[in-house]
Amino acid sequence: MIAEKYAAEIEIILAKYPPDQKRSAVMALLYLAQRDGGYVTKGDMVEISEILGITPTEVASIVGFYTLYHDQPEGVIRIQVCNDLPCALRGADEFLEKLCENLGIQVGETTPDGLVTIEAVMCLAACDKAPMFQVQSADGLSYYEDQTVSSALEVVETLRKQDAS
Amino acid sequence: MMNEFILLRHRQIPDLDQLEVYRQHGGFEAFQNAVTAMNPNDVTQEVKASGLRGRGGAGFPTGLKWTFIDNENWPHYVVANADESEPGTFKDREIMEGNPFQFLEGVALTAYAIQATEAYIYLRGEFWQIAASLDQQIEELEAAGLLGEKIFDTDFSLRIFTHLGAGAYLCGEETALLESMEGKLGQPRLRPPFPPSYGLYGKPTVVNNVETLTNVPYIITRGADWYTSIGTEKSTGPKIFSLSGRVNKPGNYELPLGTTFRELIFEHGGGIPDGREIKAIMAAGASSSLIIANEEALDTPMDYESVPNVGADLGSASVIVIDDTVSIDWVLYKTLHFFSHESCGKCTPCREGIYWMRHIIDRIHQDEASWSDVELLNEVAYQIKGKCLCALGEFAIEAVTSGIERFESDFRAKAAEISSEG
Repeated sequence: MIAEKYAAEIEIILAKYPPDQKRSAVMALLYLAQRDGGYVTKGDMVEISEILGITPTEVASIVGFYTLYHDQPEGVIRIQVCNDLPCALRGADEFLEKLCENLGIQVGETTPDGLVTIEAVMCLAACDKAPMFQVQSADGLSYYEDQTVSSALEVVETLRKQDAS
Repeated sequence: MMNEFILLRHRQIPDLDQLEVYRQHGGFEAFQNAVTAMNPNDVTQEVKASGLRGRGGAGFPTGLKWTFIDNENWPHYVVANADESEPGTFKDREIMEGNPFQFLEGVALTAYAIQATEAYIYLRGEFWQIAASLDQQIEELEAAGLLGEKIFDTDFSLRIFTHLGAGAYLCGEETALLESMEGKLGQPRLRPPFPPSYGLYGKPTVVNNVETLTNVPYIITRGADWYTSIGTEKSTGPKIFSLSGRVNKPGNYELPLGTTFRELIFEHGGGIPDGREIKAIMAAGASSSLIIANEEALDTPMDYESVPNVGADLGSASVIVIDDTVSIDWVLYKTLHFFSHESCGKCTPCREGIYWMRHIIDRIHQDEASWSDVELLNEVAYQIKGKCLCALGEFAIEAVTSGIERFESDFRAKAAEISSEG
């Protein structure tokens, strides 16, 4: 129940918007819901709809439209590699391919231990520091820039250890 | 080269992201002067006289936009567009990370000019850490009496809030951004009405890009005459050029508008790696026409009036360099995959057209297409042109139509491979 667990944060979020425009808070509340477990459950969507006075379907449509929300459990650590044009001109495609090879999975798949998912994503505004990726996890989003396959594998190992501890 | 940074000042002044340091270097003097000694309209007129044009890509005159605000309808809002998502663009991120208070002062000055008491900063979801820093910086400003109630003991009050997006390129389009802020799908609105008359929550709203807003404090402090001495007659001021692709030194370069492509790419960017030749330039990220990088193009000044002479637009000045190892069909393959993913689905020509263009370019790229497929690709592109609510559909076809027209031999070579096998 996010309403109880994050009561103070929800209050701060709602205070950003006019009292009759609570719906504006839907994106921020979805991030809260996603903090545990890495994805938004049906129950979360119903709860958010009740807080904001909109329908659960409207909340679900937001989850479906925006790529940073997930409605399915995937790896706890999402490695999101940008392979758009500017990054690809700096070797992002080869980087992504070799990283997948080393982890033994394809783009979009999760490692057998359920921890790491590799995704190809759209521009992350770090074109001059490619190859690069962001990691989406319970701690939020962090950027890793000017990467090689070996430095990326080190990052994955570090994150795995953090998750285990 | 400019001796003094106006936007990327953090490269010359250490710790400029600390409020104390920013104030030691004249920070918030423009805001104080405006709020205590200038009429809101004077601020607008100064910005109008400076010739400042929107740095997000459209290049619309900023001060003029502010004059369109409907003064019969209240409250007014300022929304800073920090959704930076154009492939090749990474300038707003550096401003917000390195020189955040100048940006926030720009937001505050804009709010004073249009008498908004609330301003929002819409950041792309990936800028989560930047949003957290801005929240803290806004708190510091409130504690210092530079934001909040009755600022400088006047009647002017202002609060600034951050709002995170969640991964949708289209939310950089101002009406889609406003929809997203209202908690809806990030899809564009039919215009007119434009945001200055019908914006956030249906109220008069000015939406400006981060870089645009970061120019404003200097314009107020030093005046429009000083500002117009930088750049060209119709494209005044400094611009941050995001340089990426096949160059030795990619990165952000703050230079006067009107600097040539040659100076940016070869002097500042260190030229093309591995002794290769430059082949094509995209001046406005993935939304660009492909410019043939000949001598004439390289000597073209990067400003709003000159870039069209080589068949493109300056846009957000995100310069992607393509060398002679790259076949242009691959460039289209990349951009079409991007736009296909980012089309919001509202307008049929964009949604369906880009979907089919992506399928055709996949075939071309995989050597499974004939010349008639290339012609079909071009035809679908022209069917999208001018038929969508926002510019995404237009952006998606820029590289397609210019690429096929200007680099025909690359496509002929691709088509020849299939016909020689067949």
